[in-house]
Amino acid sequence: MYDRIVITGIGLTAPNGNNLEEYRKSLIEGRSGVQNFNVRYMGDVLAGVCDFQATKHQSRKEIRRGTRAGSISIYCANEALNDSALAFETTDKSMVGVYLGITEHGNVETENEVYNISQYGYDVKYWTHHHNPRTVANNPAGEVTLNLGITGPHYTLGGACAAGNIGLIHGAQMLRMREVDVALAGGVSESIHTFGIFASFKSQGALATHDDPTKASRPFDKARNGIVVSEGGCIYVLERLDDALKRGAKIYGELAGYAIGSDAYDFVLPSPEGQARCMRLALKKAKIAPSDIDILSTHATATPMGDVQECKALKEVFGDSKGVYVNNTKSFIGHAMGAAGALELAGNIPSFKDSMVHPTINVDNLDEECNIMNLVLNKPLQVDNIQYILNNSFGMLGINSAVIIKKYDE
Amino acid sequence: MTKEDVRKSVLDIIASIAPDEDLSGIDGDAPLKEQAGLDSMDFLDIVMELRKRYSIDVPEGEYMELVSLNSSVNYLAPKMENI
Repeated sequence: MYDRIVITGIGLTAPNGNNLEEYRKSLIEGRSGVQNFNVRYMGDVLAGVCDFQATKHQSRKEIRRGTRAGSISIYCANEALNDSALAFETTDKSMVGVYLGITEHGNVETENEVYNISQYGYDVKYWTHHHNPRTVANNPAGEVTLNLGITGPHYTLGGACAAGNIGLIHGAQMLRMREVDVALAGGVSESIHTFGIFASFKSQGALATHDDPTKASRPFDKARNGIVVSEGGCIYVLERLDDALKRGAKIYGELAGYAIGSDAYDFVLPSPEGQARCMRLALKKAKIAPSDIDILSTHATATPMGDVQECKALKEVFGDSKGVYVNNTKSFIGHAMGAAGALELAGNIPSFKDSMVHPTINVDNLDEECNIMNLVLNKPLQVDNIQYILNNSFGMLGINSAVIIKKYDE
Repeated sequence: MTKEDVRKSVLDIIASIAPDEDLSGIDGDAPLKEQAGLDSMDFLDIVMELRKRYSIDVPEGEYMELVSLNSSVNYLAPKMENI
């Protein structure tokens, strides 16, 4: 019998909110966080940009020495711990683990340094000594341990755009293995500060364009034309239920099931079969039927093909069940890459309390191929009760993840 | 540059590397390490900034010359007199 794992704290920064309350309000009120953003070599592109105050939890020197991913992680970790009301000063720091999902890390710093030495005739003696500590793959999680004095394990989990879910899943696994007593787990992304990600999506014909930045990210709409890349982060405080109850913690929800799988199909193209297999496995682990899910938080990124593929997978698993409300957070904030899974789940968690389902916005003309189940479009929906949320998060190289969170019943 | 200009330049570099520190009361003869909270990576930043701003290369064997503000000024002044 596995330990029951619960969420007891949430810290986040999204392009439309720097804590859960602000973020949720934006999702209910239809507020986007997408804007014009200047990128080296490319000029203005559309991006989701965060405006959290880094100096709230870091000195200016820490910010200067570290990375943007580190700052996002430190902000989210501190906010999550504060939200959890855990007596952190008296917590055994060797039993706290930091597990952060990332899509990629180090491209920002590498691009900056290549540009830097280009100003000095490409003489590598001008290459910074900070490059290696900034670009090692554990950097975002490691900066959190330095900031908070955590001596337990820390590392990142490279899971492309499925990474946010994977960070959370891994944290739960480490709690169940008794490796740690508290897991700071989720996902982060600083990718908008690298031109390469925009240039690559553009070359692939998958970068969104629109005259109105707030309308650019439009999953399920007929006129969708690609991805809006965003930065952001979301870190959960996870604990074993017994520990949470012992300290009288506020409980946001319980991990009911999860799954991670691979398509083994293509570098870029998603596979409905692989996605369906992943959702079915998560449902099986949660010991529930597809019709038990109340909110299905989709991964859909607004690429013409990707959205249809996910909808095929959803039809395969859920049929035409009108009892499953389907929404999409990327329509508000764009694609927060390594943070996407964790952020998109967080935006739906308040539904356990208020029984509101936030919509997918920017759907002016629904693509009939995406007309599935009970889509909540353009305005929020008040329902009777939300018991289960399934959060999809998929990524390149065919990595699929699904997390099911259950309302916590005392 | 005069010695006073060199002193200002060094302080300007340190201020950029240690932005949280108050450098107004710095003792020129005492080690910078404790006064400005500098570690080895910060000293490498000073070396890098001297290279970038003034094209001055400080060989590794001479890093100790940067231990205090006054020793830095004395060491750098001849190298910066034509700047």
